[in-house]
Order: sequence, then structure tokens, then C-alpha cells
Amino acid sequence: MAAPETSTAAVPTLYTNNTLRNAFGGVLSFFILLLIGVMAFSIRLFSVIKYESVIHEFDPYFNYRVTQFLAKNGIYEFWNWFDDRTWYPLGRVIGGTVYPGLTLTAGTIWWLLNSLNIPLSVETVCVFTAPIFSAFASWATYLLTKEVKGTGAGLTAAALLAMVPSYISRSVAGSYDNEAVAIFALIFTFYLYIKTLNTGSLFYATLNSIAYFYMVCSWGGYTFIINLIPMHVLLCIVTGRFSSRLYIAYAPLVVLGTLLAALVPVVGFNAVMTSEHFASFLVFIIIHVVAFVYYIKGILSPKMFKVAVTLVVSVGLAVCCAVIAVLIALVASSPTKGWSGRSLSLLDPTYASKYIPIIASVSEHQPPTWPSYFMDINVLAFLVPAGIIACFLPLSDASSFVVLYIATSVYFSGVMVRLMLVLAPAACITSGIALSQAFDVFTGSIKFQLTGASSNTEVDAAETSSSTAESQTDAVKTEKPEETAKNRPSRKSKKKKREHGEKPSTKAKAEKKRLLALPLESSVISLLLLVLLGAFYVVHCVWAAAEAYSAPSIVLTSRSHDGLHVFDDFREAYAWLRHNTDVDDKVASWWDYGYQTTAMANRTVIVDNNTWNNTHIATVGTAMSSPERAAWEIFHSLDVKYVLVVFGGLVGYPSDDINKFLWMVRIGGGVFPHIKEPDYLRDGQYRIDSQATPTMLNCLMYKLSYYRFVETDGKGFDRVRQTEIGKKYFKLTHFEEAFTTHHWMVRIYKLKPPKNRIRGKTKKSKSKTSSTTSSPKRSGTKKKNPWQ
Amino acid sequence: MEAPIRAREALGFILFSLLFSICRSSSLNHLLISNAERRIDLSSHIVKVYLTLKVENAGSTPTSEVFLSFPPTQVDHLATVEALVTKGKRKKTTLVRLDVKPTELPDAPNDAKYFAIYLENPLKSGESTTLEVLYLLTHSQEPFPAEIAQSESQLVYYRDSALILSPYHIKQQTTFIKTPSTKVESFTRVEPSNRAGTEIKYGPYEDHPPYSFSPILIHFENNSPFAVVEELVREVEISHWGNLQVTEQYTLVHAGARHKGVFSRVDFQSRPTLNGASSLRYLLARLPPRVHSVYYRDEIGNISSSHLRTDSRKSELEIEPRYPLFGGWKATFVIGYGLPLQDFLFETSDDRRYLNFTFGCPLLETVVDKLTIKVVLPEGSKDPSAVVPFPVEQHLETKYSYLDVVGRTVVVMEKKNLVPTHNSHFQVYYTFKPIFMLAEPLMLASAFFLFFVACVAYLHIDLSIRK
Repeated sequence: MAAPETSTAAVPTLYTNNTLRNAFGGVLSFFILLLIGVMAFSIRLFSVIKYESVIHEFDPYFNYRVTQFLAKNGIYEFWNWFDDRTWYPLGRVIGGTVYPGLTLTAGTIWWLLNSLNIPLSVETVCVFTAPIFSAFASWATYLLTKEVKGTGAGLTAAALLAMVPSYISRSVAGSYDNEAVAIFALIFTFYLYIKTLNTGSLFYATLNSIAYFYMVCSWGGYTFIINLIPMHVLLCIVTGRFSSRLYIAYAPLVVLGTLLAALVPVVGFNAVMTSEHFASFLVFIIIHVVAFVYYIKGILSPKMFKVAVTLVVSVGLAVCCAVIAVLIALVASSPTKGWSGRSLSLLDPTYASKYIPIIASVSEHQPPTWPSYFMDINVLAFLVPAGIIACFLPLSDASSFVVLYIATSVYFSGVMVRLMLVLAPAACITSGIALSQAFDVFTGSIKFQLTGASSNTEVDAAETSSSTAESQTDAVKTEKPEETAKNRPSRKSKKKKREHGEKPSTKAKAEKKRLLALPLESSVISLLLLVLLGAFYVVHCVWAAAEAYSAPSIVLTSRSHDGLHVFDDFREAYAWLRHNTDVDDKVASWWDYGYQTTAMANRTVIVDNNTWNNTHIATVGTAMSSPERAAWEIFHSLDVKYVLVVFGGLVGYPSDDINKFLWMVRIGGGVFPHIKEPDYLRDGQYRIDSQATPTMLNCLMYKLSYYRFVETDGKGFDRVRQTEIGKKYFKLTHFEEAFTTHHWMVRIYKLKPPKNRIRGKTKKSKSKTSSTTSSPKRSGTKKKNPWQ
Repeated sequence: MEAPIRAREALGFILFSLLFSICRSSSLNHLLISNAERRIDLSSHIVKVYLTLKVENAGSTPTSEVFLSFPPTQVDHLATVEALVTKGKRKKTTLVRLDVKPTELPDAPNDAKYFAIYLENPLKSGESTTLEVLYLLTHSQEPFPAEIAQSESQLVYYRDSALILSPYHIKQQTTFIKTPSTKVESFTRVEPSNRAGTEIKYGPYEDHPPYSFSPILIHFENNSPFAVVEELVREVEISHWGNLQVTEQYTLVHAGARHKGVFSRVDFQSRPTLNGASSLRYLLARLPPRVHSVYYRDEIGNISSSHLRTDSRKSELEIEPRYPLFGGWKATFVIGYGLPLQDFLFETSDDRRYLNFTFGCPLLETVVDKLTIKVVLPEGSKDPSAVVPFPVEQHLETKYSYLDVVGRTVVVMEKKNLVPTHNSHFQVYYTFKPIFMLAEPLMLASAFFLFFVACVAYLHIDLSIRK
């Protein structure tokens, strides 16, 4: 209680000097934040300006479709929605298997706008949800970093996050995906956690669990939060930083957060039953034990305490061992050790490629390459170490959290390209801290050098100023409560307590480092270099936003000497399906195109991008890699009317089905062992030219892709594989071409109806089959059909 | 397919004989047609019939009505009937448009339907006049075979009568039928009839009594795409800030012979004239001049294949559907554009305003089965009334658009079976006080003001419980 008094004595001088400056600084930072928000929003509009206001890629189409359903039918219908347009004949319970956060957010925005008589379409709202939320995310970053290292670092981090390419890649206008809102929720949850940790306020703790609930609603990545925060709590306990604030920050989160998480249908009992959540409960127990120990320590004499400890430890260890043994036995009894496939592949990066080809086949689940780090976080990669060092000077609860966050996210991003997204905010925060600290040091020493030269008496003042500048964060923190003290005594006392806990340490630190000022020239040059670095980052980000990440991928463009070419084949095919096939027709394609087919063509698909049923996908993979007759039987048994393949050979579109074909073989072969990958490879090489294996040249995918392709140029030159195709002239017996798009990128085939059984003919064919060798072949195909 | 056609022909003959027997007692035969010439143009899917009638009053009383009669099967497909009368002599002839209205006659034989042409001056006894009648028929060419493959060309049936169905005695008549190409599979012979090039001539026939009917069937090649807009909703939104926004939603279908079997892109691209001759590749929309912000899209996004050509007199928008339309294939799309308001909105002398806009579909050579025009008047407009040159169904709706409070009045007009000749002007009159224009800006301004006041208040009020 002595500390507050000394500080109030020091206040008036600071206060009179800085009121105006602070007020000005407040308004300035408000406008800077506003501009950061505007920039975050507008840098993501390249896709709308360069292409059009349209939903991008694959998953966003599903989210868009769900949002449309929600907007049309309301929330209760949404929870009970059984979607029969997909996974035919199984269907999918959308309400119970989807993370509803994004959909509900966009649906709410749409509903709000429409009730204000602003008739924006659902599509428009969906397209612009991601940019809006990235503005929110940058503000949340500001708040979080401000809690850690003060306003300057906060603003820098917010500006960095507003344009970090990694996040842009997932949140350009039209990229209507879970991550768009989830990153905001992630950062905001972390902010509230830090805020609670700093204030010890139950109010923020409650907000924190609500933010966590929103995160759980939005993205499966919430497990990152529920593992990272316990890790941090554990770290704090181990390093002797346990406090009642830590308890308040953690315990309500676990209790409320878990309860709320269990409300989300897709999570449900997983919130208490899967291994991903065990860490939080374990730490929950530990924090209670520690709190209890501290409590006991407080009421017992040291001697008594020692006795108690030995007693408790000996008994407790025995109990713990028993409990842990039971737990391990329980967990070990399940084949995946209670972990989901994706989580396991995070812990063991080789897991997916060994056991689950369906996860490994997705490009965003591959480990990233080094250039992708440079592409996605650019100069932040170099600033992060500096930021980590800055976090240690001094190490507070909050900055230790940031260190932990960056360390874990670096690991996760190294496992999966997709999780680069989790790394991006951490990298922005640490680099923001680094940049802001560096600026503080350099500007502080320039100031020191300039004023120090003029008079010696001012040195002291300059020193204090430089030290305050250096840890401006603390200065701002100390001044702010004073400012609010006048009109908000209730908040004052709360903040004061905290701030005065820190104040002596900062003062001591300032004295320690009083002579850390750098020479004038070197600090000016370093400042310039830092600005240059920042400029390079901005240029790179704008380039990435404009060129690399703005393509919607359903419409492709290419520039050649005679102008811009637009390849709008996907939508051509989907529109054709939508208008010219029966509404109940089933369309089979590789799962990549499932979401788009249901959303754009409104036709039932067999498999889609929600890869929940491996067997079903393997069935389609098997059909695609089987010869025509067997494939026809599989498709026929699935009631398929049309088969859709994507073929890039004519225009050189590389991500077509032939290039994805090996995954179909692998996934199909994983379930139906008669499909063997080596059959499709010649000497371990995947090829479609004349050297290709006969199995390859006779499989359905090859035939559907290259049917009558040779007639386009006479040679059958495939521009993706840069080779002439192996088998040029062939006929289809069980399929017929129904539609091919303008650039041949999508080809749709219709299954021929089964032949009528005419008595005379069946006899004839019977005699034929018995005479030739096709009778064993037929039985073979029958066995191959997994549905019989 | 042969049998039903024969049956239909037989039915036609029965109809004819019935008509013939009934109409003898008709009371209309004080008029007679001394000479009739009919030209039927089958070159597109819209059948255009030009009828030149020389009407003579053989009775004793002057009459001002001339009746045209149509068999019931044609009436359903009849899109428009227009009549002109030639005035003046020799070189100074002018054409005057006459009123034509559907009427009922008490003793109509076999459900024959009538249209009455109202002459300007009653035709006195013994006088004669020449009428030019134009009527258009839609959906009157029946594809046969009904399903064709990609490489086949489209053959259609056209049914009519070699003799003009008329309540009057016709002294002499000739019919010329123009086919789109020389390829005519067959046509019913009613002597004297012959065919030369793309023209089939029936007649001249002399002295046929009223309601004479002689069914004919022409089977010929017609590869012009049968572009039919099944439903068109045009929304015209008036903003007194200077813009007229038009949004048109089309459901387009190729109503020709249905496509059968394979669609091969390689054939379609390499030999376009042989393969998919009847397919619908592009459409031309004629838009008003000074059109701006044109878009062409469908429910899944922008359609990039369109070209806009503008000059001072008109704008032409050439649009390609996402895929070529073969018989039976459908496509939906939306065209939207903005127009300067001063070209279309005018004030009357009694301080009312009116919108003068074209009815009908801007696409050339298309039939519209059902057209709905919605004129969205600005918020606060009153007493709307529409003036349309032909009968339409009308009603009012309310629409809520950006920040509307009371909603905008929408005048909805509906009409079925339209052809390009319906592209005439219509007017919508309403009253509007300019002060309503400021309602929404003021509302926004006050909302923001209140928001800032609330912010200021929040910052200056201490809401804490503990002092």
C-alpha cells in the first residue's frame, strides 16, 4: 500500500505535461486504427476489382450454400437440416456437422441489413464478410499487443496483420471460409485472456469464455486455444508466476468455455471426451492443487507446511499414479488414442502420409516449403526472433504468452501449410513488438544524442525520457489510469494496483539501461533501414494480395499478346448441369468438385469436400481407376446419371483430374485392394503417353479425359503433361459425352442406360461369353464392384 | 407419328365441313372480299402473316366493322393483330392504323374467334376499301422429328388452311408461303398450287363461301434458333437523383426440336455449320442509347461473353449464353443497365410526372411467353396509373429498397405471348413531391448524429456503481 502513495505524488508533474499529448495520442491512434481497418478491408478487394464479386474456390461455396439455406429457412431449420444433395445415398446432417460460426455471422449480418431495408443479396454479404472480419482481426491484434507491450507495438502489429499475405490468402473478398472469422476470434480470445491475466477481472474472464465459444463455433482450430492457454498456465505455474489473476483467467475459461463448447452440435461431447481437450482439464486440476497449496502455505507455519507437503505428496502421488494409469488405459484402448486424424498428423507429421491418404492428398495439408514462409510472412520471418528477445525484456505473464504462442505456431505451421494462418498473427505481434521497440530505441537515442549535445544538465531528463520512450508501454500505462482517475475512481483503483505492481520494476530497469543510447549516425541509418524493410513488406503484401491470392479459381484468366482470355468453363458446366439435367440426377465427380456442384449446379453429388466418409470417396476413386465396364457398374449401383471430369490438357490447366488421379488410385486402393498403385505406374513413373501401362490407358479417368481429344489437333498433345497421349482412338461403350465446355476444361458424360434384355440376344451373348474369355472377366468385374 | 397427323388432317376436314354448313346462315355476308392476298413468312420461328383484303360492301347498310376470323388453334398462338388502311390515290398513299379488338359473335361456328377492325369512316353500300392486316403467330411451327441429334438439321411442320378463314365470301384469293430455305420435305397440294424456290403458292382460288377451310401441312427445314423467353421480369426503378435502373431476368429456352444424345464439342467447334445448325449461339439485345453500367450475369456470377456497342441512336448488346443452346436446353440470366433519367421521365402540364418506356423484350427475334414489367416508383409517389397501348393485367405492389420506411409503390404489368412488335412505348403517371428525395439522406444524417451524441454521452457519464 506504500507504492500507490509515492506514485500519486509523482503524478501531477507527469499529468500536466502529458494530458494534451495523451489526448492527442489517443485521437491519433484511434484514427490510425480506423485507417488500418480500412486498409485491411480494401487490400482484400483486389479480387472483386480484378475479377468479380463472386465466391471463391471450393469450401466457400459450401458455406455460401449453407448461408443461403439459413437466410431462407431460419435458424431452427438450419439446425435440423439434413442435406440429401450430397453424399448420395447417405446424405449429411449439415446442422450437426458444420462449424456454424461463419454461417451464423454472415446470416446475422444479412438479416440485420435486410431488416434495415438494405437489400443486399446473401452472396454480397458472404463475399465481404472476410474483409470485414480481417479489419476486426487487426483491431483485435492491436488490443492484444497493446496488452503485451503498449500502444506503439499494438499499432505496428495491427498494421502488419492488416496486410500479412498469409492471412490475405484466406480472407480476400469472396474467400468465404471459416478461417476468415476464426482468426479474428482466435486473436480476440487471446486478447481477452491476456486482459484477464493483467486485470484479474471476472468480467473479462466471462467475455473470454464467450469469445472462446465464438471461436469454437467458427473453426476446428479452437483446439489450438484450448491447448495453448493451459500450456501457458502451466508455464506460469512452473516459473513461479502463479497468482490469483492467473486463476481467474484460467478456471472460468475451462468451466464456462467447455460448457459453451459442448453446446455447439459439431463439438458436443467431444469437448470433454477427446484427447485434444485433456490438457485443459489436467491443467485445471493442477491449478487448483497449486492454488490450494498456496492457500495452505498462507495459513500454516513453514514447519507445518513442510510436514503437510510430505504427507500430501506421498499420498497424492499414489492416487495420481492410479488415476493416470486408468486414463492411459482408457485412451490407449481406442485405436487413434482418442485423437482425430488431423490432430494426430499435427503431432506426428508423417502420420497422414502413412495412414490417411485422404488427408495427405489435400495440398493445404502438406508441410510448407521455405519459400512459402517468405511468401506468406515475408520480412516478419526475420523480425520474429527480435520480437521474441523483446518479449523477454522484461518477461511478463503476457509476453511469456506471446513467446509460447509463436513457438507453438511455428511448429504447427511447419507441419501443415494451412496452419501458416495461425502463425501469421503471432508473427505480426512479435514483429510489431520488435519494430516498435527498435523504433523506440533508435528515436530515443537520436533524441538523447541531439539533446545531450546541447546541454549536460538535460541529460538526466533526456535519460528518463529515453527510458520512458523505450518502455513507452509502461509509461502510457501509468499515465492512462491517472487520466481516468479523475472521472472514474472505480476503475482507477483496480488498474492502479496492477500498474504499481509493475512500476518499481520498470524504474529499476530504466536505471539499469540508462546508458544504452546508440550513436546518432548508426541509429539514423538503422531507422532508415527499418523503414526500408517496412516498405519492402508493404510492396510485397500488395503484390501478393493483387497477384497471388486474388484469383477466385473458378474463373481463370490468362494474358497473351492478343489480350485477356477468360476461362469460365467451370461455371459453364455447372450452369449447364443446373438447367439441362433433371433436378434429381446424381453427378459423380472427384470430391474436389462436390461443393461447387451442389452449390452452383444444384445437383446431388456422391462425394464432396467434407471428406467424412473415406469408403465412399474410395468407391468413386475405384470407379475412376477401373475399366469402363466396372466403373459403369459402380456408378450405376450408386444411381449416378452423369460423371464430371476436369481436364486441362487442351489449355494447360495443371490442377486437373489426370494430375490428381494417383490420389484417386491411392485412396481407392486403400479400401478396395484390387486397385494397386503400381499398375498405373511405369517403372515408378506416372505417365499417360505411349509408355503408360495398359491399366492406366484403359481406366475410366483416362478415357473420359481424352475421349476424342486427338481430333482437336490430330496428335493428341497434352499441354499439361507436355506429351502426346498414349491411346488416341478409342470408343466409349458405357458412357456418352453429354457436354464439354468451351475450353474442354470440364467434360460431362452420361451413363448409358443398361441394355434391354432381348431373349434372342441374351442367348447369343451368352454363347459368345462362354466361347470367349470374357466370362471370368465378368465375374471379376462383379467382384470388383464394392456395392455388390 | 404418321397416324396422328392423318387423324388431325381428317379432323381438319371435318371441321371445315362443319364450318361450311354452319356459316351459311351467317348474317355477316353483306360484306364480301373481292380480292385477298396472303403472304406467310416462315423464315423465323415467329410466323408473320400479311393479309391484303379488298373489302366491298355488297349490302345496303353502311358498316364500320370488318371481322377477321381465326380457328381456335391459331388464336392461342396469336400474338398480335394489326390493321392498316391505305388512303389516298396512286402515289400519295398513306397508311393509317386502325383499331383492332377481339370480339365475340353470337353464332361463331366451331369456336372460331373474331377480331373486329374498326374502320375510320363507315363503308357505305357499294364502296370498297383495301385493308392491310398483319398478324403474328408464335409457337406455330412444330418440330418434326421432335428430337434431333447434333448433326441433324431442324425440320418443322406448319399447319394452316389453303383458303383464308373468313366470315365473308371471298371472290378471289391467293396465298404465298415463304420458307427459310429451299429444303421443303413436303407440302399439301390443293390445286392449283406450286412451289418455286423458297416460295409455295396456293391459288388463285375463286369464289369460296364464308368459313371455307382447307387444311394444309408444310414440312420444311427451319434452322433458325427458336429463342423463346419463357419468363421475363423487367424491373424499372426510378431514382429522382437522375438514374433509371433496369433489371431484366430471363428464362431462355430453345423451343425447337429437342437435342438428342451426344453433344460433342469437337464436332461443334470444327464444323459449326453442319453440327448444331439450329443451336442458339448468341442473342442481340437492343437497348436505349446512353446506356451505362451494363451487366450480364446469372445466379452463379458474371458471364464474360458479351459485347456492347453504343452509338448516339441505339446501343446493342450482344450476349452469348454460357453454353450454346440446343433444342430444349435452358439458360437463365440477368441483364441490368442504367439509363439517364431525363431521357425517359417527363412532366405533364398538371404537375404530374410520367415515365415513358418501351414495353416488350429488348432481345431481337424472340418470343416472350410471359412478361412482367415492374415499375418501381420513388418512395412517396402517389396515384400511379399506367397507359399501355394494348390490354395488360395490372396491379400494385410495395417494395422495400435501400433505407425505405414506407416502401415504394410498384406498378406491375403482366402480359402473355409477346413478339418484338410489342416493343412500343407505355407511360406510367404519378405524382411526387421532391422533398421526399431528402428523406433518406436526412435519416442517415440524423442516425449518425444520434450515434455521435450517444458516444459523447457515454464518454462523459460515469456509470460506475462504486464512488
